[in-house]
Amino acid sequence: MSAVLDVSGLKTHFFTHAGVVKAVDGVDFTVSKGEIMGLVGESGSGKSITGFSILGLIDPPGRIVEGSIKFNGEEIANANEERLQNLRGNRISMIFQDPMMTLNPVLRVDTQMMEAILAHESVSKQAAWERSRDALGLVGIPSPEERLRAYPHQLSGGMRQRVAIATAFLNKPDLIIADEPTTALDVTIQAQIIHEAQKLTKQTGTAMIWITHDLAVVAGLADRISVMYAGRIVEQGGIDDVIDRPLHPYTVGLLGSVPTANRRGQRLFQIEGMTPNMLALPEGCAFGPRCHARTDTCHRQPSIEDIDERRLRCFNPQRTAEVVK
Amino acid sequence: MTVFIIRRLLQALLVVFMMSVIVFFGVNIVGDPVYMLVSPDADQADIEAAISRLGLDRPILEQYWLFLKGAAQGDLGDSFIFGEPALKLILHHMPATMELAFSALILAVVIGIPLGLYAGLYPDSRISKGIMAASIFGFSLPTFWVGLMLIMLFAVELQWVPATGRGDLGSFLGIQSSLFTLDGLSHIFLPALNLALLKISLAIRLTRAGVREAMGLDYVKYARAKGLSTRRIILVHVMKNIMIPVVTVMGLEFGSLIGFSVVTETIFAWPGMGKLLIDAILQLDRPVVVAYLMIIVLFFVLINLIVDILYSILDPRVRLQDQGA
Amino acid sequence: MTDMTANPALNADKPAKVETPFQRFRAEFFESKIATGALIVFLIIVLLAVLAPWITPQNPYDLAQVSVMDGRLPPGSEAFDGYTMWLGSDGSGRDLYSAILYGLRISLTVGLASGVIALLIGMAIGLVAAYAGGRIEAIIMRIVDLQLSFPASLVALMMVAALGKGVDKIILALVIAQWAYYARTVRATALVERSKEYVEAAQCLGISRFRVVFRHILPNCMAPLIVVGTVQTASAISLEATLSFLGVGLPQTEPSIGVLIANGFEYMLSGRYWISVFPGLALLLTVVSINLVGDHLRDVLNPRLKK
Repeated sequence: MSAVLDVSGLKTHFFTHAGVVKAVDGVDFTVSKGEIMGLVGESGSGKSITGFSILGLIDPPGRIVEGSIKFNGEEIANANEERLQNLRGNRISMIFQDPMMTLNPVLRVDTQMMEAILAHESVSKQAAWERSRDALGLVGIPSPEERLRAYPHQLSGGMRQRVAIATAFLNKPDLIIADEPTTALDVTIQAQIIHEAQKLTKQTGTAMIWITHDLAVVAGLADRISVMYAGRIVEQGGIDDVIDRPLHPYTVGLLGSVPTANRRGQRLFQIEGMTPNMLALPEGCAFGPRCHARTDTCHRQPSIEDIDERRLRCFNPQRTAEVVK
Repeated sequence: MTVFIIRRLLQALLVVFMMSVIVFFGVNIVGDPVYMLVSPDADQADIEAAISRLGLDRPILEQYWLFLKGAAQGDLGDSFIFGEPALKLILHHMPATMELAFSALILAVVIGIPLGLYAGLYPDSRISKGIMAASIFGFSLPTFWVGLMLIMLFAVELQWVPATGRGDLGSFLGIQSSLFTLDGLSHIFLPALNLALLKISLAIRLTRAGVREAMGLDYVKYARAKGLSTRRIILVHVMKNIMIPVVTVMGLEFGSLIGFSVVTETIFAWPGMGKLLIDAILQLDRPVVVAYLMIIVLFFVLINLIVDILYSILDPRVRLQDQGA
Repeated sequence: MTDMTANPALNADKPAKVETPFQRFRAEFFESKIATGALIVFLIIVLLAVLAPWITPQNPYDLAQVSVMDGRLPPGSEAFDGYTMWLGSDGSGRDLYSAILYGLRISLTVGLASGVIALLIGMAIGLVAAYAGGRIEAIIMRIVDLQLSFPASLVALMMVAALGKGVDKIILALVIAQWAYYARTVRATALVERSKEYVEAAQCLGISRFRVVFRHILPNCMAPLIVVGTVQTASAISLEATLSFLGVGLPQTEPSIGVLIANGFEYMLSGRYWISVFPGLALLLTVVSINLVGDHLRDVLNPRLKK
């Protein structure tokens, strides 16, 4: 499979009054055609900033300071605005977290969908309207003609997120970045939305990066998974490998804190401590202070290594992870 | 909708009635107009005659009753000085004031919104900082003093435009206004600018705050992620959201422009209702003062009513029912 | 992420020692050079006005000290009595420098007095509304909203039209024009505080409304009241000057800055600019410096800006 997206050594830093926040600090991954990559981490781990970096949507005081983002072989890190504008919404689409906030409240749904087509193609308004209607139909919205005439506040949260997904697929992009698209929704709606997204990627062969803090969501959705902590990827691999045999203590902890039916009655595992202050990261391994498996070597920064068909950034891989699980 | 409007109308009536009480009794406590109108060497009989001619000998409650009865029929009493119906005097001076206030409003919108938009989009540029500093001055400077400076600069020193008075009237579509002649425009320029200054500052601040808020919101980021041009994002997504509060406030400010025109008209000897009011206060011409105040109250109540209704039309999220009492 | 950058208070190299809220407020306030400068300018103006009788060459309203011979002299002229009139003289021969300082005394007195009285009345009414709740609160707030739909300048103008001239009447008019701003501020705080869970919890525990009003609402509305008070005082000074300029404010016997400017107006078209311009500049400095201080106070005290 050819890589749609190849990110390597990406560093996105924010130069604030208080100091430099290294929100993304050396991230590598690839996404192939038709593949869904789960990008998992706690809030503040840099997963959303990674997504925005790909689209070139980092605003000052932040900027991409290092690394390369190759999209279909083309270098787009720090590409000019015109080129990025051309790609956004056309070849690379994004779905945002909160559908209540992302649709413009004073514009009708048709305006907001059609403009995504008209910005990239010179087709008639009628054609754009028809494509928008068909796209709404594809994501399971009943009577799409009516919905097109509605204002966002007249739709429910789940309905709005479907509109956002339909919009993302409008121009048949090569890559979709979905930034926690189901976090703001009810669990039942969540499942439907995930199902729709999965179905559409398989149908169209679109690659997808699914950003989430919820391992349970990606477990049933993604092909591969990258776990981020404090701006770096700590573990990366095939979904089954990582979920069944996590090697990094952080991944182990994340998995242990997901309640599942077959562990009823047992205590949930808790990761000690709090998410780190990005302005004052600990020396060495950023996860060190919270790690139950830390040793003296952990005051040095671990590099990312290939182990058992996956990549890992840890001195003490958790071979006996099953015990904790 | 109808219930809402009827409720608002009843409320408006109550306000007008309350103001009539306050205004009438307030004004009638002030000094005795008779001694201003009767020559100093008039004897007691002349004074008595004047008092009874003006109806000042009746009990104040009866005076108020007569005033109310008259007011209901559009008769607000005769001016002590001109002997003409007060309402007629005011209506006669009203077009000049309206013309001035309208011109000022246009200036405020045409100058203020673009400047505010610029300052909001590039908050750190030097020009923006200059614009904001100027707007603080616009807020702080007393209108009358700026008026004096304008006269000194443009009329006395540079002699570009006349300092005082209203120019020739022109007729267009059956409307008589000095805006339709060159002489009229040259006369209205300074007073309109003077009256507009405060509102320009207001428009700048409102627009800037709105733009800055909107630019950070998800729907703008989403619009960027769809690959829309900056131009479309600002003109459609941002402006449409901002125009609602800006238009509302600027509309409400129309009333305050008419109120403020009292100052500007006095400085520029503009023959409007404001100058009429100041002259009437100084000459204790009570019916004219009362009539002016009643008209102004009516005006404000009407403007508030219209803005409320407009607001609910402009913003699809506002439901009239939600506003309640 | 961007939140951090929007917050100037977050400063990495700040020492970690515990600061009292007042110390922090002071440090943040003096961080702004403009606001500090404005505060100094305002204090100098107040000082000049207070010390006027001792630092001016003449008492402009003691007829024995004023000579008509000195009328309309340009800035820098020598007066009949031998001193230099650095800012020139007005139509009746008063030294403008002296007249301005004396005028500032009146303008500042009226502005501050009306500001303080309006603050006290507005705060009291706001607290009563917050304490009483229910119908009384609804009625009070209705009146406040109603009054706020008219611009303060217009309300003040209506009041002087009804009340007439004089220092007491002007102060009354300004108080009536401004109390509602303070009442609204108190009420806004009350709404925020009452919706907080700890207040709800306190009420469930049977703690009296009185305690809620005085322990929670009152302390929390002090900061916004100070901000509103600064801005309103500047606007009161400006408003008094405007009314006096129009001839419906203070009489000639109480010559505030506005009266001085009005007196100079008639000479302006003949090129004797100084009689209006210098008092105008004094007014400008006063109002702008207060507004700059108020603007910065708002930034420092606004809890919304500190996350």
